[in-house]
Order: sequence, then C-alpha cells, then structure tokens
Amino acid sequence: MKSLLFAALLSMLAGVAGAGEAQPVGEDPVIEQRMVNLSTDLRCLVCQNETLAGSHAELAEDLRREIRQQMKQGKNDDEVIKYLTDRYGDFVLYKPPFRSYTLLLWLGPFLFLAIGGGVWYLTLKRRRSLRADTEVSAVAMNEAKNLLEGDTRE
Amino acid sequence: MKRWLPLIVFAVLAGFFFIGLHLDPREVPSPFINKPAPAFKLPVIGQPQASFAPADVKGQVWLLNIWAPWCVACRQEHAMLMQLKAAGVPIYGLNWKDKDREAEALLARMGSPYVLSVDDLDGRVGIDYGVTGTPETFVIDKTGVIRMKHIGPIDPDNWKKKFEPLLQELNR
Repeated sequence: MKSLLFAALLSMLAGVAGAGEAQPVGEDPVIEQRMVNLSTDLRCLVCQNETLAGSHAELAEDLRREIRQQMKQGKNDDEVIKYLTDRYGDFVLYKPPFRSYTLLLWLGPFLFLAIGGGVWYLTLKRRRSLRADTEVSAVAMNEAKNLLEGDTRE
Repeated sequence: MKRWLPLIVFAVLAGFFFIGLHLDPREVPSPFINKPAPAFKLPVIGQPQASFAPADVKGQVWLLNIWAPWCVACRQEHAMLMQLKAAGVPIYGLNWKDKDREAEALLARMGSPYVLSVDDLDGRVGIDYGVTGTPETFVIDKTGVIRMKHIGPIDPDNWKKKFEPLLQELNR
C-alpha cells in the first residue's frame, strides 16, 4: 500500500516537472541549446525576477520564439542581444554592461572596500598611539613593583 | 560624533528604503525616447481592406495606445481615453495579441476612443516597440519621433502632469 502511494506520488511529481519544461520544438537542437544558454542570462520583462529561459509569461514565450528565429537566420548571440537591448534596454541583461551610469554598480564594492580599509587603518593607528601614550614613569613602575611583590596588607 | 554614528547610518538606510518604496519596478526606462517610432503596417480593426502605418500621420502629434481586450487596466483607462477623444486628442490604438478576436465587438459595445486601432495579432510590432504589457502609451511628435512612453493606465492625474505639458510643447 505504502509503495503504491509512493509510486503515485512520484508519477505526480514527474507530471509536474514535465509540465514545467519549455515545449520542445522538435527542431534544431543546437539552436535550442543556444537559445536556452542565451536566455538564462536575460530577464523576463513581465516577471522581472525570472530569466527569459525560465519564465512562463506569454511575452517570454514570444521572445524565445523571436530569438530562435533570429538564430535560424544565422545571427550570432551578440546580434540577438542587440535586437533585444534595442527594444527593451539594458534592463533585459542580467549582467549589466560597464557604462557611465553603472559605474557605481561595478565600482561600488571597491569603494566600500576602500572605506573599510581606511577605517581599519585609522583604528590600528589610533590603537598604536594609545599604547605609546601610556608610557609609565619610573616612580609609578616602582610603586607597582612594590605592590606586586610586597605585602599589601596593613 | 561616535555616539551618533549608528543613528546616521540608520537614517541614510531608511532614506534609501523610503525612496525605494515609491519606485515602480515596472517603470523600465525605454530606449525609444527621442528615437523614430518603429515602422509597421498593420490591418485596421473593422476595416478589413485598410491598413495603417505611422508614416501616414506624419506632421501631427499623436498617441499610440497599446491595449488588449483581455487587459483589465485598459478597461479602467477606457473612460479617460473617451474623454480625451472628446477633447480632440488623436489616439491610435494597437490591439496587442488579441487571440480571441474580441476587439471589434468590444469597441462596438463600449465605444472606441481611437481614430483607428490596428491589429497586432502575433505581437511582433509590440515587441518592436518594447512593449512588456498593456496598457502602454507612446507620444509621437510631428516628425515621427517618440517623445514619451507611459506605462500603465492614463488617469486625470498623470495626464495633467506628464502628457499635457509635453503635448502643448510639441503642438506649438
């Protein structure tokens, strides 16, 4: 009984997984692979946190169809990407290009590293100066020695 | 100073988050602003023999409204568009991906705010215009250049703020 239930569950899961895949077009598998590779780096514009490859939005399907067709016409990946950015802007790219308005995005981490490094350096420097400040005079040293070695009880 | 530092950091972060709350992630910057409107030639709904191309209306400032019968926000916008039509604003419709072929009956029933509406059944022209959803509205100037793209329904508020000043400038 248990195994029967398990088998039923498995087959259900298999059905779900199968339904989630993109429809195989039964055409050129090379182009299909190229399309999938390319569209995993592209953003679906309807559900913005999904890739174009993984999205079920109708627009994503249309765009995949368009990419497929352009590849069939012999366009290379850069040309296809240009086709998309011409229409939807750099926003479709999950890896934003290095431009003047993405400077902060790309260089921001280094900026923060520099700030962190600066704070670290200043902290160390201050600590060193703290230690230098507490030079103990001979009198105080003697007193401490007496306290440590001698009987402090009255 | 040191005592206040956490408060300052908190205030700066809170400021960023507050601004972020009011940003609409659907407002994707359009690469079409100040570029010529992509050419197309599509059949006109209700007039099987006629077709329309943007070049046909060169010399006037016009609106291209991307809509669809299945689009709820477009219904919302409809009343506003009818008012604009009454005020003499030339709105051309692009019926996007109307697979159920409902547009003609719908326009007949609800009234058409459009000078005419073209039929983009497979959505290709929509893609050429970078459409991500409906409704979207483009403002196109006398030389056929796109001057603004508005995402979402037009309402009296954004019409006054975004459209009116631009149309006045373009029609001068």
